[in-house]
Amino acid sequence: MNARFRLWGLRRFAALIVGLTVGASAAPGAAEELTFVRLTPAQYQRAVHDVFGPGIRVDEGTAVLGVRDRGLLAVGARRSTLTAAEVERYEALAQQIAEQVTDPARRATLIACRPAAEDAPDDACAARFVTRAGRFLFRRPLTEGETELYVAVARAAAETLGGYYAGLRAALAGMLVAPEFLFRVERSEPDPADPGKLRLDAWSRASRLSFFLWDRAPDHLLLDAAESGELLTPEGIERQVGRLLASPRAEQGVRAFFSDLLELDRFATLSIDSSLFPRFTKNVEDDAREQTLRTVVDHLLNRNRDYRDLFVTRDTFLTPPLAAIYGAPLPRSQELGGAVPWVPYRFPEGNSHVGLLGQVSFLALHSHPGRSSPTLRGQAVQQIFLCRTVPPPPPDVDFSLLQDTYNPDHRTTRDRLAVHRRNPACASCHNLTDPIGLTLEVFDAAGGYRTMENGAPIDASGALNGRTYAGPEGLAEALRDDPRAASCFIERAFSYGAARPPTDGERAWLADVEAELADGGLKWRALMRRIARHPGFYTVVPGAS
Amino acid sequence: MNGTREIGRRTVLRGMLRGGAAVTVGLPVLESFLNANGTAYAATGAPLPPCFGTWFWGLGLIPNHWEPAIAGPDYEMPEHLAGLQPIRSKMNLFSGMQVFLDGKVNQNHYSGAQGQATGIVSRNGGDYSTSIDTLIGDHIGRGTRFRSLEVTCDGDRSASWSARGSSGLNPSETSPLALYARIFGDGFRDPNLAEFQPDPAVMVRHSVLSAVSEQRRKLMSSVSATDRARLDEYFSSVRDLEQKLAFELDRPAPLPACRVPEAGTEEIGALVEQVERTHRQFARLLAHAMACGQTRIFNLTMGSAFSRLRLPGEVNAYHALTHEEPIHPELGYQPGCKWLAERMMDFFREFVQTLDGVQEGEGTLLDRTVVFAFTDHGEARMHSMKRYPILTAGSGGGRMKTGLHVAAEGDAATRVGFTIQQALGLVNGSWGTESNQVSRPFTEVLA
Repeated sequence: MNARFRLWGLRRFAALIVGLTVGASAAPGAAEELTFVRLTPAQYQRAVHDVFGPGIRVDEGTAVLGVRDRGLLAVGARRSTLTAAEVERYEALAQQIAEQVTDPARRATLIACRPAAEDAPDDACAARFVTRAGRFLFRRPLTEGETELYVAVARAAAETLGGYYAGLRAALAGMLVAPEFLFRVERSEPDPADPGKLRLDAWSRASRLSFFLWDRAPDHLLLDAAESGELLTPEGIERQVGRLLASPRAEQGVRAFFSDLLELDRFATLSIDSSLFPRFTKNVEDDAREQTLRTVVDHLLNRNRDYRDLFVTRDTFLTPPLAAIYGAPLPRSQELGGAVPWVPYRFPEGNSHVGLLGQVSFLALHSHPGRSSPTLRGQAVQQIFLCRTVPPPPPDVDFSLLQDTYNPDHRTTRDRLAVHRRNPACASCHNLTDPIGLTLEVFDAAGGYRTMENGAPIDASGALNGRTYAGPEGLAEALRDDPRAASCFIERAFSYGAARPPTDGERAWLADVEAELADGGLKWRALMRRIARHPGFYTVVPGAS
Repeated sequence: MNGTREIGRRTVLRGMLRGGAAVTVGLPVLESFLNANGTAYAATGAPLPPCFGTWFWGLGLIPNHWEPAIAGPDYEMPEHLAGLQPIRSKMNLFSGMQVFLDGKVNQNHYSGAQGQATGIVSRNGGDYSTSIDTLIGDHIGRGTRFRSLEVTCDGDRSASWSARGSSGLNPSETSPLALYARIFGDGFRDPNLAEFQPDPAVMVRHSVLSAVSEQRRKLMSSVSATDRARLDEYFSSVRDLEQKLAFELDRPAPLPACRVPEAGTEEIGALVEQVERTHRQFARLLAHAMACGQTRIFNLTMGSAFSRLRLPGEVNAYHALTHEEPIHPELGYQPGCKWLAERMMDFFREFVQTLDGVQEGEGTLLDRTVVFAFTDHGEARMHSMKRYPILTAGSGGGRMKTGLHVAAEGDAATRVGFTIQQALGLVNGSWGTESNQVSRPFTEVLA
């Protein structure tokens, strides 16, 4: 094709697009208010795989930078936008994906409609593709204006680049960089049952439920339930929530929530010194993360146990590299490299590696590269599990006088921190962190068990809420029994689902949820069901975000 | 953000495509060659445009060991800064500055850097706002392929102080190879090649983005004010990318100093020697990117302010060391921290020398650049917000004097950023908020 013709095509292309976008109508439902929650890289990847199959390569390294707010990346996602560099990456990724989808080897399975001729536009075929893909990518049906827009893009690009599939490629790439795809757009509408109030529309409910319980975009059944109005009724929501929680995909929901809650994303920048901890290899890092997630999934989904018992459970799963850190004997077949690297393992009574706090993931993530940190660990327990904020240290505090590890009078960290806590400016916060963290001092920076530090025995005693204990097992029990553990978990679950912290009004009904669960226990499915079916979960509180 | 779009020469293309005016895409827009010594476009006589970048290192310097005794050009370089001696005539050193908290909680390793990068110290650690590179970039950075490039040397993508608006930091590139591919891979047009053909696939991508941009009005009508700002930032990012593609469609003006570098190798990590190598790679790539007209703005961080830098086998990373290394009873300082701080200065010298090594006619790339080097604490050991060491290098094309030690007396550290803004032609009466608001540049360094 010569340049003149090509440019003529482009000129028409641009004119068409401008004409169409100006005329594009609003999305269905005449929204009263829109809010935006950025997709995580994992949600993006699953959205592409759900529509076009797991064979589509979605390059790693395109991750956007998450911001943690109120303890959760999910809450930060409502505050985040996309920077120029991130949009640049997403556009490049969109091109890669669109190219794979329209590749001759994949067309037959992914693109139902055959064009009349491959070297020319075919509006009818393009419309079928755009309509079908768009419903999943935008998580609602495209408006007429949007369909026309992307069909026009396909037509103009097909003319410019000389082929129907090149046109589809452009249209798909356009949808993949559109804000309706990269962000979860939550639309509200007047609530007919409560005049003057706003509620989430049916499509936004489908997305909220699906990302909450599955960490992925709605499937066709959920979209159908939105389309039919089912999601606007309590019975319909109950039905769909039941279906989602019974699905194997609920496991991904648990994994995503706990990855966020336990800040497992920080493994990306974890730096435990392997010259000091030779057993702490890259494999251990990967396995430690997975160990925690397997433990949680097994505990909450397979065994349907109380969340709080995660602090005291002795049941977990190990691989040979992890077993080396824990000093746990594995079956010989495993040591030699079994076919399945993961085996269930139960730490024996008396072993200190009890519950989530005894796992390598927690212990290593909240350590310095070469040294454990009671303060970091204590702070993590307070913030992650009890929703307490530990403020940063004040300026002009001289730490070095207290941290001389060669001082014969202060050989253990406990000795040195005791000096610290005698300073009133430090004590208020260190009293929150140190009695917890010092108990975990029997674990080194890599999570291995020890009894001595610098030749002195470690005193692992501590106290939480006035309850004293001698070591990690006592701490775990005290944490399990702390009333804040339950209310904090419920608040985090709500915040994760709504992508914002609860308002005072919402805290009230969350307290009711907690009371309802008092007898049966704080079970994952029961909690999710109660939050997800509560009408308050779909009420839009202006300004709450 | 007001949503208006600058119509630069690079974006004219899109207008032509839409409006159906005569299409002349293949022609160079600036039919110019550099003058005989390569420092200016011959046709217009305009000098090569200035560049600006930030260079951040965590954990400051050792107090009482870096501040020269006298101000002005004749100061004696302190032993702690001996590494900077070779670039002394091309840099300035600022001492005696502070960041004001105005009663807010000191978010350690954050508030001080935030204040210098944005002019604002926020109440909590989350709020962030437009940074100095964005302000300056909006003024001098238009018409390049990349609005700015962000890199970090220790593998932590979140180590960045660059932002537009309030919705998050621009993530840093951690991989020199990825940065190389981004700049010199697909879409790179060597400005010195005689052949130029716009790529129709790029034209299509550009138009698709225009279509996405046009959705703005539809969505903006019903969003809340907070969301409107975020959505506007997203669309602003889309427009940046449109501009980048428009740039690729336009014949670039020749730049004799432009050389396409080797890709190199990489080993990303937080060990000092890894960070040093990564920094060297980034310095080289950023220099080439600017010499080739790909960007005029960069932001480099050695790593996060909670520096993870360390020596192999060392129990403490740099940040922990600042708090826990005992002060040597005879020397009167923390020897390990001093050694690491001096490595930072060595790296800064190497960075500056890399820019200075790119000859552009009679001058160098450094000569038309201003590098602003800042840190998070005056004395990291105590989380001190006073006595910040601040450095600049380059003259921004003769707009700033160099070779000086500026000794302030408790002034807001934002004065340095404000001075650079004034030097580079920004017309703003003041910068910063509360006690960090400043309206007087250091006139002694303005040329």
